[in-house]
Amino acid sequence: MPHRREGIEIFARKPTAVVAGAVFAAFGLSACEGPQSAFGATGADAIQLETLFIVMLVGAAILWVAVNGLFFYVTRVHTTSISRRLANGVIIGGGIGLPLVVVTALLVYGLSIMPDQRAEGDGLVVKVTGEKWWWRTEYQPLAGAPVVSANEIRLPTGSRTTFELTSERVIHSFWIPKLGGKMDMFPGRTTVLTLEPVTPGIYRGQCAEFCGESHALMAFKAVVMEPDAFDAWLEAEAAPIQADPQAPGAEIFFGEGCGACHALRGTQANGAVGPDLTHLATRESLAAAALPMNREALAKWVRNPETYKPGVKMPAYDHLSDEELDTLAGWLMELK
Amino acid sequence: MSKTRTHRIDRHTDPEGPYPPTEEMLAEPIDPELRKAQGERLKKAWAMPKGWRYISAVNNSEVGKWYSLTAFGFMILAGIMSLIMRVQLAVPENDFVSADLYNQLFTMHGSAMMFLFAVPMFEAISILLLPGFLGARDMPFPRLSAYGYWAFLIGGIFVMGSILFGAAPDSGWFMYPPLATQSEGIGSDVWLLGLSFIEVASIAAAVELIVGTLKCRPPGMRVNVMPLYAWYVLVVGGMILFAFPPLIAGDFLFEMERSFDWPFFDPTRGGDPMLWQHLFWIFGHPEVYIIFLPSIAIAAMVVPTAAQRPIVGYSWIVLSAVGTGFLSFGLWVHHMFTTGLPALSLGFFSAASEAVVIPTGIQLFAFVATLMVGRVKMSLPMLWIAGALAIFTAGGLTGVMIAIAPFDWQVHDSYFIVAHLHYTLFGGMVFPLIAGIYYFYPFMTKKTMSVRLGRWAFWLLFTGFNITFLPMHLTGLKGMPRRVFTYPGDVGWDWLNMISTIGAFIAAAGFAVFAYDLLRPKGRQPKAPRNPWNGGTLEWSAETTDHGWGSRSIPYVTTRYPLWQQKGIVERMDEGRYYLPDAEEGLRETLVTSVIDAKPLQVMRVTGPAWVTLWAAAFTGGAFILPTFHIYVPAIISGVLAILCICYWLWTSTAIIPEKTKKDAGLGLKLPIYISGPGAAGWWGVFITMLGDATAFASLIFGVFFYWTASPDFPPEGSIHANWIVMAAAAALLTASWGAMLGSRQLNMNGRGDLATACLVAAPLLALAGIGAMILSVWLPGLEPTSHVYPAVMWGLVVWTSAHVGAGVIMQLYCLAAVIFGKVTPRYDAPLWNVTLFWHFVILTVLVTAAVVAALPRVL
Repeated sequence: MPHRREGIEIFARKPTAVVAGAVFAAFGLSACEGPQSAFGATGADAIQLETLFIVMLVGAAILWVAVNGLFFYVTRVHTTSISRRLANGVIIGGGIGLPLVVVTALLVYGLSIMPDQRAEGDGLVVKVTGEKWWWRTEYQPLAGAPVVSANEIRLPTGSRTTFELTSERVIHSFWIPKLGGKMDMFPGRTTVLTLEPVTPGIYRGQCAEFCGESHALMAFKAVVMEPDAFDAWLEAEAAPIQADPQAPGAEIFFGEGCGACHALRGTQANGAVGPDLTHLATRESLAAAALPMNREALAKWVRNPETYKPGVKMPAYDHLSDEELDTLAGWLMELK
Repeated sequence: MSKTRTHRIDRHTDPEGPYPPTEEMLAEPIDPELRKAQGERLKKAWAMPKGWRYISAVNNSEVGKWYSLTAFGFMILAGIMSLIMRVQLAVPENDFVSADLYNQLFTMHGSAMMFLFAVPMFEAISILLLPGFLGARDMPFPRLSAYGYWAFLIGGIFVMGSILFGAAPDSGWFMYPPLATQSEGIGSDVWLLGLSFIEVASIAAAVELIVGTLKCRPPGMRVNVMPLYAWYVLVVGGMILFAFPPLIAGDFLFEMERSFDWPFFDPTRGGDPMLWQHLFWIFGHPEVYIIFLPSIAIAAMVVPTAAQRPIVGYSWIVLSAVGTGFLSFGLWVHHMFTTGLPALSLGFFSAASEAVVIPTGIQLFAFVATLMVGRVKMSLPMLWIAGALAIFTAGGLTGVMIAIAPFDWQVHDSYFIVAHLHYTLFGGMVFPLIAGIYYFYPFMTKKTMSVRLGRWAFWLLFTGFNITFLPMHLTGLKGMPRRVFTYPGDVGWDWLNMISTIGAFIAAAGFAVFAYDLLRPKGRQPKAPRNPWNGGTLEWSAETTDHGWGSRSIPYVTTRYPLWQQKGIVERMDEGRYYLPDAEEGLRETLVTSVIDAKPLQVMRVTGPAWVTLWAAAFTGGAFILPTFHIYVPAIISGVLAILCICYWLWTSTAIIPEKTKKDAGLGLKLPIYISGPGAAGWWGVFITMLGDATAFASLIFGVFFYWTASPDFPPEGSIHANWIVMAAAAALLTASWGAMLGSRQLNMNGRGDLATACLVAAPLLALAGIGAMILSVWLPGLEPTSHVYPAVMWGLVVWTSAHVGAGVIMQLYCLAAVIFGKVTPRYDAPLWNVTLFWHFVILTVLVTAAVVAALPRVL
């Protein structure tokens, strides 16, 4: 095989080729990474599934080459007649023997991880309700009163969190690929998912079941924290609003009747149609991850939500002046 | 009327004369003058209508051609939709199309590819090819094929056209409630009614294909020698018959909810959106194999020709095809792995899904084995088969991955699935189909397609396809969900989507080259040789000049590859030495044979060109399409006109009393022209249709038990129940009607036309009273169908059953007219047999409905 030897020699003589190979491999890995990727898993369940996938991928690649290689061989390389007995062996071996062995092994391995993936939670319970393109959340810690929030999931490492999932109107699906598999959310029924985050970080989750016009814009940030940091966050989240309810921005908020749909704990705003805004500005994103969380984005959103999320329930406030919108947005950004 | 009470009419239906033919009989020379005269008469009987009357043709070669070209056209349109979507997704946060339009596009892309391309294409190609494989003159019910085609065309244009008005369905091809039931506008109704209409046409074609395979094989072609394609037609036809009805039942419930607010899927009133998911996927998963198996069938015809030897493992392949068909009905839950079902059921359905690998593997390896044993000549069709294998095995292997439930939790509804399903459908449908078109093109058109363009098309489509869909596996694993009209730029999906979009346009170029080669005029090209690939099956006996008659005489076939294994068969067919070499009466005739052994039973006269089928399809279309716009009165009128057209069509062209009881079918064999009962093709048509209908009814009953087991309060405490006494009376009345129908058949057969007439007067009256009583049984106690799913489902059963009884009444009246006007006599009584068979199924439906509505709630 002179060809192959030559190839090896090139690598031996030219270290740049080795470097290029390494760069390519690194690029290959980084190409798979991302905040919503199943690769580079950061939760116990997703790590298990990542390994399962790599095993299946290697097996599939071998089988693909074997089957197509055999086909190529008999149609292109060895086109003359091969014995009938061997041909019968191919049908029985390839059609029955091989799949029986491979599939049985895969089923044993693949299904054996199911109990782990469906294990009961041992810590926090989070109730998540799928709404018309946003997420209503309610944290129920082992001790203490439930805390209502929206459009972001925060989780502690070191324990298995239980999600009690339901939906307001249509079917949605709750999915944080970095942490594990997905679970559908049905109106009139509760489904349960448990996840065990391992590595702190900010990840992304998204609705995976088609839920109408702006299905594409129903996402959220999933923030995994060390347990202490999480407890501190939850305590802060349980508190009433920290911003000045007499500020000019607040006047616009209450004057425009925003409180009819949105709740601000500690004020008369107690609407439950839209997301709770008590600690809006602590969230990593706005409008179920359709926009970044900053003053400009908030002003744009309030002026005309339809532009950023077609079909959304929230009406446009384009009768407000740029100045008023900016003031309102500035105050909203103080909802820490 | 005759007074001989017990005298049984001698029905004279047994064949007379020698069968099977001996070698000496077949060697008998035929007078050239006679042969020429026979040919002229046949040509005249099978002549194509000329000019604008061409569209009244019903011949399988014409209907099949229109059907496949129409399906191909819908495929191109659905493909253009996918290109628009690929442009939208090429870059993040694009606004090439709006969210609303994008949602309509992906819904229509999926729906059209499934309902307007994949399934109809199989039926179209089969209508075109099957008579050729079987050496038959035509399909058994040519006008039914034409009716099905026109229904498909009208329904397809209606559904496809809706997107031009921005009124297309936009809830996904799976139409999950509550999203789809609550969807505003007419989109959901377009989907439900338009596609139900097409599903009816699909079932009609499936019935015809099954009956064609069972009853129209050439003499001697036992089931174990019929071409593999015919086996696949049987399996796939059977799957259509059992898979579409659950969807039709679901559509029925769905449209009841849309139109009348009966809360079948509304969880606030006891309904359950999961029932739709079950019904949809009980249809949807077999659908995958309904699409895939015909392509395997094409490969099963191409591969032996490429290897120039009979297939290896014929029985293995047949068993595997049947096995795949059965298994495919036990896998549907793998589309619902993320709905929170119990782990035990997920494990079961994971294992069942993996089990499909075995029959699929056997079929693929049988082809490899055939190629091993033979001496392979790589031709253009084989290139496409090789491409199909490369793509399909990749799709199959990702299928093995996602059948493992935990892995599916990760990739379900992500682009990984989009990649997987396109790999299976391109490898398991598109590529083999194109291979088949290249292979059968000389048979269908007597011309050949260009090898050079064929290679261009192949390499463009193959590379374009892989550039589009291979990266999508990664896109999905990187978390991109399906059915999103846009995505943000900072999650790493942008470059992958750009690659996919570029690939899609390369693939589109491949399709364009193929379409050009397929459709370009080939008038000046010389005719293709008669058997250009040296194939061994009967279709390659077709003459290079199409006379419309299929084969000059219908051969006696005893081998799987008669052109290779029965010396001189083609010459003998051409010379008219086999069966039906003549059309003495100038009528279109084909042979009906027995189901297993293909013993000749009858010379069946098949129908010729007609306009009534077109009218019937148009009015049926009106009955389905008008309710979309809530135009109910014209819809009912249209429905009545459709029924009248169908009655006229049946009256004037089926079960015609012949001028003589038997005729010479050739080779000294005298066969009856008219038979009734289980020997007749018509009886089988009714039987097979009703199996499908019974499946739809069983799906509704499944719904009742689903509500009962899945929800703790079904029926809710203190519910009003149906009046069981009235329902029992309804059951009794309808049983009496059924008895009268059965009695009329028996009495007529025994020569008692007067009593038969009396029975046929009583039967519809009893049936109408039965319908009345059945409706009263739920109406009197005041079951309010909009209040809760329990009364709704009881009403649903009553409506379903009443509609069937209503159809039964029309048929009874048809029989009554037939007896009075002499269309039915003691000897010629096919309508009575067929309607009685229909009523057997009706009475079963009635009794189950009565038991469920009146008895079950009291037992629970």
